[in-house]
Amino acid sequence: MTGTLSISERQVGLALAVALTLLGLVMAAAARQGPMAVHGAIAAALGLALVFRLGGALYDPEVPAGRRQRFYDAPTRFGIALTVIWAIIGMGVGVWVAALLYWPEATPPWPWTSFGRLRPVHTTGVIFGFGGNALIATSFHVLQRTARARLADSISPWAVLIGFNLFCIWAVTGYLMGSTQSKEYAEAEWYADLWLVVVWVTYFVLYMRTLARRAEPHIYVANWYYLAFILVVAMLHIVNNLALPVSLAGARSFPIWAGVQDAMVQWWYGHNAVAFFLTAGFLGMLYYFLPVRSGRPIWSYRLSIVSFWGIVFFYIWVGSHHLHYTALPYWVQTLGMTFSVMLLIPSWASAGNAIATLNGAWHKVRDDATLRFMFVAAVFYGLSTFEGSFLAIRPVNSLSHYTDWTVGHVHSGTLGWVAMIIFGAIYTLAPQLSGRETMAWPRAVEWHFWLAVTGALIYVVALWNAGITQGLMWRSYDDNGALSYSFLQSVMAMAPYYLMRTIGGALFLSGAILCALNTRATMRRATGAVRAWDRPLVPGPAE
Amino acid sequence: MLRLHYNLEKLSMGMVVGIIVAASIGGAVEIAPLFTIDETVVAPDDLRPHTPLELAGREIFIREGCYACHSQMVRSLADEIDRYGPYSLAGESAWDHPMLWGSKRTGPDLARIGGKYSDAWHVAHLLDPRSVVPASIMPAYPWLTRSLDTRVLPGALATLAVLGVPYSEAMIDRAETDALAQSRPDSDAAEDVLARYGDAVALRSFDGDPSRLTELDALVAYLQSIGTLTAAAQEELEEAGK
Repeated sequence: MTGTLSISERQVGLALAVALTLLGLVMAAAARQGPMAVHGAIAAALGLALVFRLGGALYDPEVPAGRRQRFYDAPTRFGIALTVIWAIIGMGVGVWVAALLYWPEATPPWPWTSFGRLRPVHTTGVIFGFGGNALIATSFHVLQRTARARLADSISPWAVLIGFNLFCIWAVTGYLMGSTQSKEYAEAEWYADLWLVVVWVTYFVLYMRTLARRAEPHIYVANWYYLAFILVVAMLHIVNNLALPVSLAGARSFPIWAGVQDAMVQWWYGHNAVAFFLTAGFLGMLYYFLPVRSGRPIWSYRLSIVSFWGIVFFYIWVGSHHLHYTALPYWVQTLGMTFSVMLLIPSWASAGNAIATLNGAWHKVRDDATLRFMFVAAVFYGLSTFEGSFLAIRPVNSLSHYTDWTVGHVHSGTLGWVAMIIFGAIYTLAPQLSGRETMAWPRAVEWHFWLAVTGALIYVVALWNAGITQGLMWRSYDDNGALSYSFLQSVMAMAPYYLMRTIGGALFLSGAILCALNTRATMRRATGAVRAWDRPLVPGPAE
Repeated sequence: MLRLHYNLEKLSMGMVVGIIVAASIGGAVEIAPLFTIDETVVAPDDLRPHTPLELAGREIFIREGCYACHSQMVRSLADEIDRYGPYSLAGESAWDHPMLWGSKRTGPDLARIGGKYSDAWHVAHLLDPRSVVPASIMPAYPWLTRSLDTRVLPGALATLAVLGVPYSEAMIDRAETDALAQSRPDSDAAEDVLARYGDAVALRSFDGDPSRLTELDALVAYLQSIGTLTAAAQEELEEAGK
């Protein structure tokens, strides 16, 4: 990090690190005990580590001249390292909690290892830690290449990455201590939410400033998606997390929303976290890395436009399909269902556009596991968006809701689509950023591909069976008009599926571990060579 | 149209504004009316807020992530009504910050759990689920026997009062004593709890040990209160059955 910063940038960084340390100390001192005090201490420790790192390097030699003529890739490399670390944490906890459902006696007797506290560690770890870091890291790369401009400054990318990961650490350690807002995928407490807003504004400003410096008149499609991801996630995050803290010196707060309005706001957020965190951002990734890796231009420009605006406009409406047959007014449920079905059009337009892009490059899909990751991602994207529209239809939802079918659906999207496109992007980026032609262990990519596909399929098929079984058992009546099964019988019927899903998850996790080791080996064997064409048309700002 | 977009995508601010507008419409149409249409939430006349002890239990329910496996929302489907009880009404959770409707039933729905089992059953079930339900896959919560920290309660009630939950000054001021008194029916302060929160409030030592106020007391008090804060759902179902 420090080697790529000029002396004056190191000074600014040092000032920011001191500020972070002070903020952490103030939090710890104000709270004195509980999660907020621990989080203050974590922030102070991180700030202090950065103070030493930057302070120690403050008078190292000035950064070599000519840096402005290069893209700024050090933050992307750092972000990719964080991505694979969070993949192991998030998926590892996921496999562990999956195992606990099959083998509940394995739960240790300590509060912080209980299923209910670990479950959000899994979701936050994979969505924000793994997915979020991948999005930020790749967005820096894609933004620079498609704008043909160096990042607008060298400090804010670090601030965004480090700040975002502090949020993730605050969130997951908070859950372990029992600090949670209970809103799914938005469990982090109020001060972590405020912190994320600051990080996000920094991210947006950096993105816009770099775009403003672009050497291309047109903004490439991938950036539309990354922009939608940044903007709409900010909107969702702020509205859903509006809360009144009990005290400024404590973690606990109460959401300002209550009852049915809270439910609607929560699922407006929840489903659009899927839309704009787990879909829009990753479509940005797809629209860049798929053409780059296959050597084929995007099949249809018009289809890109239709699908982009379709996704941005339609998705926002669909959250209420999480609340069919509940106390939410019927008309809102109907709107949610209708738009969910319509959403299939732009979703399949994107998936079809991606797959049609591979026309003329199918031999590469056969030979190149990295491209195959992207192809499989596009296929899973198409399948899980179809499944999503289907599950949103009211009578289908009456069977599937509250069951493991929903969990299976989510994982066909996250394992099959999101994780696969991330792995495709990492295997494209890691060699390029290391000045290499290939990953350090090319054969391991092939192994990873088959582990990932097998794991995802086992997982998803197991939970389809689990969910449909549950749904049917819950609604079965016998000839006397009584319910056929007790709830407990439906729990007992889940055992084989829960075991299978644990095995599927473990296979997927072992692939991710292979990816992490391969990425580490590749980056350690970096040559430092930069391809002649991989340079900005617009150099960095004058220094 | 294509020409228009061809020009729009040269303007970063144009894309920003376009995205914000396109992504705001759906939410505005679906969410804003929920606050203005009166029929959305009909607050039942007999609805009472949680007592401080129940609220403390609700906070433990949230802390332990119980909502990840247990919904509190009976849908208006025949099998759910037969299995759990009357379907849930919006008014029942009108004062719930946050709502705990849930999204997954790894375990059964809890919207009608109040009064369904004895306190002793809940205590045994929370401390060792498989002692009462051998096939259960719920984790055990042995640490709930620790003392309940009531110091946060006045602040919590005051915060909820700001958000519109009808907690009076007296309820806020006496939150800690009320929490203790609810678990000690013989104490002088127990009458005050009934006076403040209504005669339907259960006064007893929920964990079976009146000498200590534990997290179990709070959580069991909460579980026993779920679905009992108003009779509106039961009345509506009877009305519909006529």
